[in-house]
Amino acid sequence: MSMLHLEYQVPGDDFTRAGEASGDVKHKLKKLGYEPDAIRRVAIAMYEGEINLVIHGGGGEAVVDVDPDRVDIELIDQGPGIPDVEQAMQAGWSTAPDNVRALGFGAGMGLPNMKKYTDEMTIDSTVGVGTTVKMAVFPGRKG
Amino acid sequence: MTIKELAEACGWKLLAGEDGQDNLADGCYVGDLLSWVMGRAQAGNVWLTVMGNLNAIAVAALADTSCIVLCEDAALDQDAKKRADMQGIPVYGCSPNLYQTAVQVYERLK
Repeated sequence: MSMLHLEYQVPGDDFTRAGEASGDVKHKLKKLGYEPDAIRRVAIAMYEGEINLVIHGGGGEAVVDVDPDRVDIELIDQGPGIPDVEQAMQAGWSTAPDNVRALGFGAGMGLPNMKKYTDEMTIDSTVGVGTTVKMAVFPGRKG
Repeated sequence: MTIKELAEACGWKLLAGEDGQDNLADGCYVGDLLSWVMGRAQAGNVWLTVMGNLNAIAVAALADTSCIVLCEDAALDQDAKKRADMQGIPVYGCSPNLYQTAVQVYERLK
């Protein structure tokens, strides 16, 4: 059992609500006294994940487990899946539609940012079934 | 230098997020692609952009930029204004373009 277990539903196609879950996590970590750099890394990685759920996953679930020495974030969707994860991880690669780009997203930096700001990240994706992204941030590392 | 002092020196107009005006300005970042900004901007940066939507406010809040400056008279959406006010994310507006504004910031922060 983690010290703090949080679950959020992220609605699909609603950009106005993206950021609510990551904002809440940021707020809670701040209250718990985590170092600012670790909080920032968690917040950015999780927001990128939320945006992916909104753009690509048709919505999904974000599960966060907070412990003194690590913060684990799991993003689960039942979306179309990623046919080529390696390609999707390349900076600049994007399948986001034009309406999403007009909002300022779709630069192909989402997954690379998640990788950059976390200490561990795995993507488990099956086409037609969905995608699960697991990330972990260890306070005091990287930055 | 606080954001408020910098804004006064540069002639920016406060559009939202008055409560955050005591944030300290530490460097500057210019960009409109939100994930690019999140990947590159540093905490405390003054963020110059033309993106005045809700997501820009979320990016500023999560990436800890000290403020948003909407250059070239770019508009701040109503719902974005509300969110910025609620979260205390200072948003300023100005007419000069992104480059001119970046030069202004450079002159004040160097």
